[in-house]
Amino acid sequence: MSADVTTPAAAEPTARGRKALLEVEHVTQWFPVKSGIVIDRTVANVHAVDDVSFTLTEGETLGLVGESGCGKTTLSRTVLKLLNPTTGTLRFDGRDITKANRRGMRPVRREMQMVFQDPFASLNPRKRVGQILQTPLKQRGVAKDQLQKDAADLLDRVGLRREHVNRFPHEFSGGQRQRIGIARALAMQPKLIVLDEPVSALDVSIQAQIINLLEELQDGLGLTYLFVAHDLSVVRHVSDRIAVMYLGKIMELSPAEELYDKPIHPYTQALLSAIPVPDPRENRARERIVVSGEPPNPINPPPGCVFNTRCPRATDVCRTVIPPLTEYANGHQAACHHPLNVTAEEIATSIRSDASPKLAGDVVPDLVPAGVTAGS
Amino acid sequence: MGRFIVRRIIGMILVMFAVSILTFLIFQVIPNGDPAVRMAGKNSTPTQIAAIRDTWHFNDPIYEQYVYTMKQVFTGSLISYSDQTNVWQEIKKGLPRTFALGIGAAIIWMVLGVSLGLYSAVRSGGFSDRLLTVLALIGVSMPVFWVGALMSYYLGYKFGWFPNGGYTEIAQGGFGQWIYHLILPWTALAILFVGVYSRILRSNILDTINDDYVRTARAKGISERQVLIRHVLRNSLIPIITLWGLDFGLVIGGGAVLTESVFNLQGVGQYFAEAIGRLDVPPVLEVTILGAFFIVLLNTVVDIVYALLDPRIRLGS
Amino acid sequence: MTEPILVIDHLKVDFQTDEGTVHAVDDVSLSLAPGEVLAIVGESGSGKSVTAMSLLGLNRGPNARFTGTAMYKGTELLSASNDDLRKIRGAEIAMIFQDPMTSLNPVQRIGDQIAEQILAHEKLSKAQVRDRVVELMERVGIPRAAERARSYPHEFSGGMRQRVMIALALSCSPNVLIADEPTTALDVTIQAQILERIKDLKEETGTAIILVTHDLGVVADIADRIAVMYGGRIVEQGTVDEIFYDPQHPYTWGLLGSITRVDRPRGERLPSIAGLPPSLLDPPAGCHFRARCPHEFPKCLEVPPLEDRGCGHADRCWLTVEEKRAKREVRPGEIGLANKEEVAPV
Repeated sequence: MSADVTTPAAAEPTARGRKALLEVEHVTQWFPVKSGIVIDRTVANVHAVDDVSFTLTEGETLGLVGESGCGKTTLSRTVLKLLNPTTGTLRFDGRDITKANRRGMRPVRREMQMVFQDPFASLNPRKRVGQILQTPLKQRGVAKDQLQKDAADLLDRVGLRREHVNRFPHEFSGGQRQRIGIARALAMQPKLIVLDEPVSALDVSIQAQIINLLEELQDGLGLTYLFVAHDLSVVRHVSDRIAVMYLGKIMELSPAEELYDKPIHPYTQALLSAIPVPDPRENRARERIVVSGEPPNPINPPPGCVFNTRCPRATDVCRTVIPPLTEYANGHQAACHHPLNVTAEEIATSIRSDASPKLAGDVVPDLVPAGVTAGS
Repeated sequence: MGRFIVRRIIGMILVMFAVSILTFLIFQVIPNGDPAVRMAGKNSTPTQIAAIRDTWHFNDPIYEQYVYTMKQVFTGSLISYSDQTNVWQEIKKGLPRTFALGIGAAIIWMVLGVSLGLYSAVRSGGFSDRLLTVLALIGVSMPVFWVGALMSYYLGYKFGWFPNGGYTEIAQGGFGQWIYHLILPWTALAILFVGVYSRILRSNILDTINDDYVRTARAKGISERQVLIRHVLRNSLIPIITLWGLDFGLVIGGGAVLTESVFNLQGVGQYFAEAIGRLDVPPVLEVTILGAFFIVLLNTVVDIVYALLDPRIRLGS
Repeated sequence: MTEPILVIDHLKVDFQTDEGTVHAVDDVSLSLAPGEVLAIVGESGSGKSVTAMSLLGLNRGPNARFTGTAMYKGTELLSASNDDLRKIRGAEIAMIFQDPMTSLNPVQRIGDQIAEQILAHEKLSKAQVRDRVVELMERVGIPRAAERARSYPHEFSGGMRQRVMIALALSCSPNVLIADEPTTALDVTIQAQILERIKDLKEETGTAIILVTHDLGVVADIADRIAVMYGGRIVEQGTVDEIFYDPQHPYTWGLLGSITRVDRPRGERLPSIAGLPPSLLDPPAGCHFRARCPHEFPKCLEVPPLEDRGCGHADRCWLTVEEKRAKREVRPGEIGLANKEEVAPV
């Protein structure tokens, strides 16, 4: 394959008729663990991302959720080609960018931007906001006499004052700095923005401001978001679909609302159940499922379903066979042998998703795990 | 740990090999005149010079010369060009003096550096802290040869409080005389390091004192003194101790050349300096290799000690 | 009502900085009954952590000034000598901090760090201390405790380290436990485990807990009473049910309205509180929430008193009870604060 980006093929329209912007197919990201006396050999691999597939359609927001160490951050960096995938294929706007080198990436780079968690660490403290915004504008080829105006327009757009161009990052609060980070990403006129925990460092009342801003921008500019977060309650508001990751794998991928009403994977249910509800009476009435234990080591993931060591519904098949991603109605996918909240008919009409890991077994989910009481 | 040591020994051999080749080549390349001509003396015939060339293997191909020289280095049979003495015997005479200077100075600078650094940090912002900052700055900016010469002139020659250079062995003059002769060189060599160490320790302590685990320690109800010693000082000293090992290796490995020369201690460093003055390649070569050996050795020791002091460091990977 | 174990009266904390005086805590009065969980809720810079730290004198320093009183069993904590305070720290009042990754000394064994606290307050033999350490670690749910006591912090996960912090805090059976954002740095499934553990231990030991947090979900899960702080002041305090179902202060309304909930359908737009918290360097006159409050009126230029409407439910707002009832439209997660026209934050 050539080092450059191949010419855009007609991007395959998705089921909803909209164009696929980013296609991730069986992407794996392994980090080698090296050891040796004189020459290092690879003795093991950290399975940070393990055979993940999903498609991001133009204008949608995909929430990517999981606990620390689940591989969501690695995946978001791989998608942007800040890391080269170990195996798998990445397509952006119909072009295969898997093998593209720096030069080949240049035209694509502009169209995918990132907003980081810590707005302070990602802004150069010695540069004025105007300069911070003008750098990407220049890269995009904006005329010199336009730079000032464009930078001020960007500030307007993200809800800051035009006259703030002459201030330094430290003169802003956390929420305002995140607005600057968003403005910087917008300066490149991207199609895709990867938001890496954009509100985790902010106070609750400020979080809501930033999330509302992101939604406005999406509506106004037709942006596509990959929203990475550890918190299911935050992604809910922005996402059209949500993918739940655990130990490098996608456990469940669902239309956003359905994930909360009808979680299919026990891990998703455990995550939802773990979030304390800000309502004392309901909290007292609610029976919570507290999952015991901690995520296993990604150097040596358990065989079968990676969640089997902590899952209350795990049976023998879970400990041996990697579950395929099964697609139920509404494009709701889950990788579980013993799914929750689905009927026997739904299972009968389900299909094995193409996004299933290559090593997944060829088994159909069954409803009640033998010997285990469902919904314990 | 075992694997780490094996790795480091292999590394050491490689480094020494590279150092030996580099030093050997440097003296082949720099214009240092023909050693055969120098050895033959003023009234020599071409035949004599040719004979010398022959016996000293100067006509051999360069790689053969290298192998021949290294064999001599490692069997301790390398002979100086200028006075035909055995280089290893000369170095052996100088080593105790160099060690006496280096070890004594290292102890002084560590003890003073740590006490002043701790004092400075505890009194941070106060008058004594600021005074110590200025003093440390002065200490760091004074070159050893200048301080040494100054001390030697005033305290040694002019006021006669201390001997005017020279070294006395313990066996000869007793312990008192030994220390008496070394006080000035120790001080001159340690001044720079005291300044540096006290500054580094001070800033380490001031960083550590705000760490979360120090707050945890305070919340336990132990005394402020225990917080300071068990948590703040202990953790701040880890980088200092490693630095100390590295600096000690440097001093032993040739960093004390100036001090030895100023105070006429007749150590390895001074031997080295004099050999350079005579363009006498064999001593320079052997001392350089020996110096490299000490530096690499101390580096390894430091890495091991660091891993023992800080369990987060894992050796071997 | 039982006699409170800890009474904070008119606590004020000021810090001198290069830019001026930061009024971190301004006139805070609180009391804590034995065995109860009091949550201090607020955003960053609201003064909630400073209040907690002041009780143990952990933020004492040449630039800090404390006024008011904090009485614990006959000892006034704010003016107590370091030596007197030392005897209370760890033994009577213990603390758990937010970040378990940095709160333990990285170069000391876990067991030694727990033992250090025990030995600071009790004379025990080596073997006795070792047994106690293992027992404590088992109690907080650390598997293979005897072996793990010899490990270093970096060999533990975040959740396990927070368990160590809890074991440390409980090692001398304190009467009061101050937990400063104890689960904020943890993943939700681990947070749930830690909260369950704290609840169990509270039942077993009867320790009173001051929980400092910004997370209303955690508060709803574990607290008995709540004090809401804003801009260094308590703006409202009452029982959990009073705060959640009958909130009186507009800030509390906004706070409850802006939480996202996973168990309710999502609304169109996330309700948010416009603007930013006040600067504590130069706080505005009158009510600190005035600038962001949709119901501001001229009277707000005077500082409202923390007025008790009966039974301990108090708030700091000039609106009358009737006015509040009319203006309030909040139930957690359902109705948002009627926003002021959202202005660009200054």
